[in-house]
Parts: sequence; C-alpha cells; structure tokens
Amino acid sequence: MPVMQQGLVISHNQVNRDMFELEFIAPDIAAECQPGQFIHIKPGLRDQPLLRRPLSIYDVDKHLGSITLLYKVVGTGTRLLTSVRTKEYVDVMGPLGRGFKLPDQQERTLLVGGGVGIAPLVYLARVLEEQGCHITVLHGTESRRQLVAFEKLRQIGTEFFPATMDGTAGFKGLVTELLSKKIEPQSLDRIYTCGPEPMMAVVADFAARHSIEAEVSLEEYMACGVGACLGCARKLKTDDTQYVKVCKDGPVFNIKEVELYK
Amino acid sequence: MNIEMGMPPKIDISTDLGGIKLDNPVCAASGTFGYGREYEPYVDISKIGAVIVKGTTLEPRTGNPPPRIIETAAGMLNAIGLENPGIEEFLNTHLPFLRENKVTVIANIAGNTIEEYAAMAEMIEGNAGVAGIELNISCPNVKQGGLQFGTDPQMVYEVVKAVKDKTTLPVMPKLSPNVTDIVEIARASEAGGADALSMINTLMGMAVDINTRKPFLANIFGGLSGPAVKPVALRMIYQVYREVKLPILGGGGIVNYRDALEFLMVGATAVSVGTGIFINPGITDEIVSNLLQYMQDNNIAALSELIGVAHQA
Repeated sequence: MPVMQQGLVISHNQVNRDMFELEFIAPDIAAECQPGQFIHIKPGLRDQPLLRRPLSIYDVDKHLGSITLLYKVVGTGTRLLTSVRTKEYVDVMGPLGRGFKLPDQQERTLLVGGGVGIAPLVYLARVLEEQGCHITVLHGTESRRQLVAFEKLRQIGTEFFPATMDGTAGFKGLVTELLSKKIEPQSLDRIYTCGPEPMMAVVADFAARHSIEAEVSLEEYMACGVGACLGCARKLKTDDTQYVKVCKDGPVFNIKEVELYK
Repeated sequence: MNIEMGMPPKIDISTDLGGIKLDNPVCAASGTFGYGREYEPYVDISKIGAVIVKGTTLEPRTGNPPPRIIETAAGMLNAIGLENPGIEEFLNTHLPFLRENKVTVIANIAGNTIEEYAAMAEMIEGNAGVAGIELNISCPNVKQGGLQFGTDPQMVYEVVKAVKDKTTLPVMPKLSPNVTDIVEIARASEAGGADALSMINTLMGMAVDINTRKPFLANIFGGLSGPAVKPVALRMIYQVYREVKLPILGGGGIVNYRDALEFLMVGATAVSVGTGIFINPGITDEIVSNLLQYMQDNNIAALSELIGVAHQA
C-alpha cells in the first residue's frame, strides 16, 4: 500500500552539472518499493510550483529504510528540489505505479539506459542480481560525466558497457548503435529499457525483431500520480477504445502494449 | 488544544447544500478524485464532506489524446475530455464501492443533449447512496455538450428543468466562469428549479511549447485550475450570492483552510477542493481540522456565522 510521508534527507549530492542524488529515510515506502516504481515528491514547501514531480526509484536500502532518487534538473520544480539539505524533510508519496515484471527464474537480462533514464534500471539490476540473473547494462550519455551509475552498477556486479556521444568513455556514438554491434540477441531472455523515447523505440524494435520479452519505462507530465486525474494518458497499440495512464498502469509497459514516440 | 484530542461538541460544521446534508463542508471536486478508489490509501474517504465523482456520460468516453495536462503559474491546465466509463459502469461498479465505504456521493453528469441529461438523472433515481446530482454544464474540453449548455441562460434553464422533472434528488448545476454575466446563468438555474449552485468550473486557457512552437495541449485549450483562479471564483460567488438565494458550493484553487474561509465568507455554504488534492491527498481532512480550530479560536459555534460575512451592507 503506498503512503504519504515526510522523508528525512540523509544525503543530497550533485553528481554532475545538472544531476543530483537524493537519499531520504522513509521506511514505510522503502519496505514496499519494487523496481520501476516511482516516488511523487513535492519540490518545495510552498504552493509554487504547485504539483508534485514523479521521480524514478534509483536505489533502495531496505535495512536502513532509505530510498535514493537520481534526478536531472529540467525545470522549476527540479531546480527548487536541489535546495533541499541534509536533515531536512521531503514530502513524498509512494511507491507508485506498476514496476518491471521480474523473471520467474534466473535469466540473461539486458538493461539499456539513456541519460538519467538509467535511474530505475539500477534498482532493477540490484533486484535481478539478488535473483541470480545475468545482467548486462548499456548506458548511453553525452559524455563520461553523465555515467553516474557506473560505480553502483559495478558494485552490484553487472557487465557494464557505456556509450558516449563524445567518445570520452566506452563506445563513441549512440547506445542503440552499441546495442546492434555488441549484443547477440540469442544470448538474451529479457530486455528492460528507460531513456529518451526514440532510443527506447529502437530497443523495442530490436527486441520485437528477435522475439525477446521487453519492457519500457515511460515518462509523462502527471498531476495526481495515482490514476485519479487521468492526465498522463497513452494510446494502446492493441486497443483503440481506451488510453492507459502512465502513473497507474505504468510507468512500465510491455513493448507490445504502448506506442512509443519516435 | 490539540485537534487530535477532539473538539467540544458545541462547534457545528455540518451544512446543508440545498437538501444535500453534509457532515462537514469540505468536498472533493469532480474530476480530481476519480470514483474514490485511488485515494483510499491516503485518506478516510467516508470523512470527506462529499465526494463529487468524475463527470459521467451516458456512453463511455475515451477522452482527449495526450498531452492532456500542463502546470502553469500557480495552477494547471487540463483537457482530459471527460474520459469516463459511462453511467451504467458508474452505477454498477463504482457506486456500490462508494456505498460500502459510507461515502457521501454527489454524482456528476454531462450530456450531449438535454435528453441525455434527463436520461441519466432517471437512471440514477432509485439508486441508494447518491445524495445529489451535480450537472456538468461547463466542461470546456469537449466539443459537444458541456460548455455550450453552460453559457446560454435559456439552455441552462431547460437542462436544469429537464433533470428536475426526472429526479427527486437535489440538483446542482456547475457554473462556468467563461461567461460575460455569471449572475444571469445563476438566475436561469434558479428559475429551472436548481437546489444549489456549484461554482466555479475551470477557466479556459492555453499554453504554448516554445520548442515545438505549438500549443502544448493536444486539445489546444484546457481548463485552468489551482490557486491562480481563486480570486476569480471568489468574485463570482460574491456576485451571485447577492442576487440569487440558492446555496453555493464554492471552489477554485483552495489549498488550505484560509482559502476555504474566504469562500465561506463570500457566501459559499460548502467548499470543494480539486487541484489541491493532487498535491496533498489528505487536504480535505486537514482543512476540516484547521477550520474547527479556527472556529474554536474565534468563538464561532456554527458555519452559518461565517457564510456571507464578507458582504457589507
């Protein structure tokens, strides 16, 4: 059951020019978190900006009862959030949404992240590793400075391959190019991806072409975050008569379910 | 004194909205609370003054294509387009859930024609657990129905009358602020036999995405809600209260008890919270607690002592 509570901030660090890692204690939420779910966070204590912001769960420490969010400053809300300090409280609701479907057995998994879209894949990697899955991670960014999850993914024990546009680390070019060059489709049981939609669309095509189960994690503007306002609508591939809601039916969807913006 | 310890019984915050009896005056506005299920983990839904359920139509509606919402200064725009499962699904699935949870329910209906409004009122009649009917005659986001009814006094009169003929429940049209003279619309509602007025629906607006150079919302226009609209709502309720004797459910940008007090003081008999729920699902409870505290601190025994007090002779 999701809850609303005040999370005590225990660390809040800028990890590069525009990305931050925020860790807070919220035991009731942490106990329930599934990979791929999100936290609806109020950026400030005042009424402006008004709405909460949905942020991916980056990591969870169930013993400590803490949740870590990785976010990029994109507007007024996230900019305001950067001013929260250690020992202050954040107003959080969660965990919300439907997360990644975890395999029933030990599988060979591929995680493809683009930019800050790596966030939900890190906690996913942690849980997949606990289940004994083999995990390969591809992370595409502009430059090596955005490869912020490298250390966590190494500790978890994933096979990690970066792709940077400027070639400052790993493969030089798009992560989708790295995907087609590096990955043997027959060596995979399942793919998970989160990042810009054109990137996810290529990953989804790759998975569909090779008949590999795959899920995408989507982002939409949201108001309520719980399925009440019907704001975050997405068209279904399979059914013209209804829209799914990213906050409640997602944010994770099977690639067979939703249309991606290319 | 701490609210948690309970208040002296002498403070009365029950209210009567044209025959809709409310234990407290703080309601959840239509379209912001679904059919109640989504907020069950966060708030005791039976304690909300009334839950005005999502606008419901005769047939199911898929709603508008995305993007449907965008935050704006001190508010947000929405163009959901009345996505809903239709009146039968409401009566068969959602109403029983609300009834079991002892929720005070106000249905909200929207039609394409006067006949559709009347038909829905007739379908609701006889179902236990509906305290009243709010008429959505002011949705700015659908092409047919909605706003076209709410901006024409003659149409308002006719739709209210048609619904009144088919139901024994109190009927409360929700007025649009997108009119030149709100008092004229309120008078037409009264003439049609309305038991109360709900004020106000969202203000029609738009936003542009400067990157794509296109309107942000797929529907181009959307309804503005949130604190940005509060002064407009207060002004309109103030005007209507002076001219029309119907009780008013007042709302528009309420996010705390001070906002709620302003609405009561300009003449609202009860208040509705909408966008504020998205930020704080427990907001209705908080407003009620703070309202009680305010009344105790100021030696006010009943809500009636607050309603309309901002009107100086």
